[in-house]
Amino acid sequence: MSAVTAPAPAAPARPAAQPLPPISYKGPIAYVVIALLALIAFGIVPASGKKTGFTVSTATDFFQIDRFDVPSKSTAIVLCLIALALGGLSAWYARNRRKAGVWLPAVYAVALVLALLVWAVAGKSSPLPLTGLLQGALFLAVPLVFGSLAGVLCERSGIINIAIEGQLLAGAFLAAVVATLTQSAYLGLLAAPIAGALVSALLVAFAVKYVVDQIIVGVVLNVLVVGVTSYLFSTVLKVNASTLNTPPRLPTLPIPVLSEIPVLGPVLFRQTALVYIMYVVVIVLQILLFRSKWGLRLRAVGEHPKAADTVGIKVNRTRIRNTLLGGAVAGLGGAFFTVANGLAFNKEMTAGKGYIALAAMILGRWSPKGALAAALLFGFADSLQQAFGIIGTSIPSQLMLMLPYLVTIFAVAGLVGKVRAPASEGIAYVK
Amino acid sequence: MNAAPDVPAADAKDERLEPRLQGALREMLTSNWLVTVAALLLALVVSAVLIAAADEDVHTTAGYLFARPADFLSAVWDSVWGAYVALFQGAIVDPTAATFTKAIRPLTETMTWSVPLILAGLGLSVGFRAGLFNIGAQGQIILGAIFGGYIGFAFGLPPVLHLLLAIIAAALGGAIWAGIAGFLKARTGANEVIVTIMLNNIAVYLVAYLLTLTAFKRPGSNNPQSPAIEGTAVYPQLLGDGFRLHAGFLLAILATVFVWWLMDRSTLGFQFRAVGANPSAARTAGININRIYLLVMLTSGALAGLAGSAQVLGTEKVLTAGVAASFGFDAITVALLGRSKPLGTFLAGLLFGALRAGGFAMQARTGTPIDIVLVVQSLVVLFIAAPPLVRAVFRLPSPGRRKQVSPTPAPVTKEAAA
Repeated sequence: MSAVTAPAPAAPARPAAQPLPPISYKGPIAYVVIALLALIAFGIVPASGKKTGFTVSTATDFFQIDRFDVPSKSTAIVLCLIALALGGLSAWYARNRRKAGVWLPAVYAVALVLALLVWAVAGKSSPLPLTGLLQGALFLAVPLVFGSLAGVLCERSGIINIAIEGQLLAGAFLAAVVATLTQSAYLGLLAAPIAGALVSALLVAFAVKYVVDQIIVGVVLNVLVVGVTSYLFSTVLKVNASTLNTPPRLPTLPIPVLSEIPVLGPVLFRQTALVYIMYVVVIVLQILLFRSKWGLRLRAVGEHPKAADTVGIKVNRTRIRNTLLGGAVAGLGGAFFTVANGLAFNKEMTAGKGYIALAAMILGRWSPKGALAAALLFGFADSLQQAFGIIGTSIPSQLMLMLPYLVTIFAVAGLVGKVRAPASEGIAYVK
Repeated sequence: MNAAPDVPAADAKDERLEPRLQGALREMLTSNWLVTVAALLLALVVSAVLIAAADEDVHTTAGYLFARPADFLSAVWDSVWGAYVALFQGAIVDPTAATFTKAIRPLTETMTWSVPLILAGLGLSVGFRAGLFNIGAQGQIILGAIFGGYIGFAFGLPPVLHLLLAIIAAALGGAIWAGIAGFLKARTGANEVIVTIMLNNIAVYLVAYLLTLTAFKRPGSNNPQSPAIEGTAVYPQLLGDGFRLHAGFLLAILATVFVWWLMDRSTLGFQFRAVGANPSAARTAGININRIYLLVMLTSGALAGLAGSAQVLGTEKVLTAGVAASFGFDAITVALLGRSKPLGTFLAGLLFGALRAGGFAMQARTGTPIDIVLVVQSLVVLFIAAPPLVRAVFRLPSPGRRKQVSPTPAPVTKEAAA
């Protein structure tokens, strides 16, 4: 094909001398190779004659769908062939310089994951509860979603927030204490953002006022929050566990009618208030960030602070406000660990979820909806690993747990498309 | 040039002397080490507030604070002083001990704890000075421990050779793990902070997975631990069997000297620093930046891998999932506290080793949880990173000609590297 046959009306302004960039087949090749490997591992190697069982309904559903079994080998082969075909399609798109929609990688991933499920549960007596799997995925994704939204808010305004882990932990701590003291899970939910914002306040104090490197402050703040919460846990919470550290559980609020929809109903609408807040926050942020004056200013400060300053936007004030807001969002996510589960606070109970949230933010390309999708993906991997543990498959749980991190490395290395951070993140703005 | 009269000359000399003295004083008051000491002091004061706030006696006396404030103050003093004295006795020397060996045991404990901190801290400091923020020491220590440990328990070799091979394997393991991040940074521009964080987590699950395999698991044991390291592959004890201190400490000293030579005396180190100071200028000067990124990460990882060897071949003598403890994360604060200089990192490693050793003694004697050590560590680094804050608190004069804080990236990394 020649470089001249570009769609004529679309780009009349393009200088004729500039050649088109070379076609990159990196993505399509990766798609095809992974699909081929999956075809061999899940479809061709395993013995035939086994069946895989799935259940969809939970016992309380209005509509009941019975357990169904599929032949493992042939189903896996079909699913892998679908993935292979999608890989070929993406190569065709690349060759014609057309962009494939989001649907392509999404369908590709679903096909491969289903193939993996069919293979892993083949021949087991207990079926795989699909609804439970998705419900668990959404539930486990909650702190990741809040954490990565916090990251989006901070980094879009130009402050790198490595302290998400600390903000989650502080939120979990304060939520547990306040909920226990007041015997109200909802008050705990209100207190959590305050703790997260406090951590953020330290972050901006050092990053903006004293111009300390933001990554250093973030890393150190994580250690500080772990130290302070663990210290207070050992000295105060442990001895007075009944009066300070037995938070009530956030009740599940099924939304009438909607929660009776098969599969989706129980997954999306039979959740706690925290999950509903999460829906609202994601949607509101997605709209405001890209469609409002506030969002435009926020992004301007993160991309080109000098230009923003020239037109009269207070750069550092904008950064401070949004980092505090981000900390509050992450703190709210921290409430997941204690109040939403009805669990007592424990030392380092966030267990690195803040770092996964950071990864989800990058994988989601610094946008709320992308962060949501990436967090759901990680939540799904986590949920899958738990389900496999119950059913007892041959896949080691450690390897399943590694997956989100591997995916993130591939993502930042540019295999899953180009990721670009806000141009001025991590750079302090001094007039 | 007329010959000046005697008297004015002497005056002039005095005048010259005066500012010099003042300058020296000023230099001393504004120098980095004074800020370091002040930051440490400030961190201890803030932590003292936490210690006092969680103390039972302080709570009871606070109930009648206005009736008898002296009780409250003495309770505060007792709790803080008791904790810090226990910390000191557990870290340096215990004068109350019955025998001399028992009295100096705390110091040897401090040295033992500091070995992995120094080695990993040195590794990170090399990265920091080259402008690479390697957060992955934790994963690199684990990989070093896996490689070194495997050579240590799976092979039977002659004494000296076995230990040497195991150490080299550990360095190789760490270098490979960090090299992944360096390679990706060089080839695709992937942010090394994110990649090393992810590699940390992968390493944690990797070692847990390996310990379920027959090649790594101790036969006849249900616990996830490897067979014991062969006696030929362990670091020799430095002070006999009564102490835990092993030859890894000598390795840490050697590594400190090596890093000093590498960064301050070798051409390669100069290139490392040039890339760290200004990548664009370094590229213009003909330095292959991508090659340097890879080499920096390999060096950095190899040093962290040595820290892994100190753990698995020296202190623990067995590979477990928790072999790296939290040394990789503590090493970040060690390198920052040491301002990424070899000697500074060595001393910072000793200090944090002392906090760790003393922390356990404090927990045992006064019941103050060791978690307070994390608070002290993080506060020290925070304060050191913000010298204006420390100067403001202690009313220290600011340096005569303060460099204008430039809006270029990572001013503090540079200050830490300076």
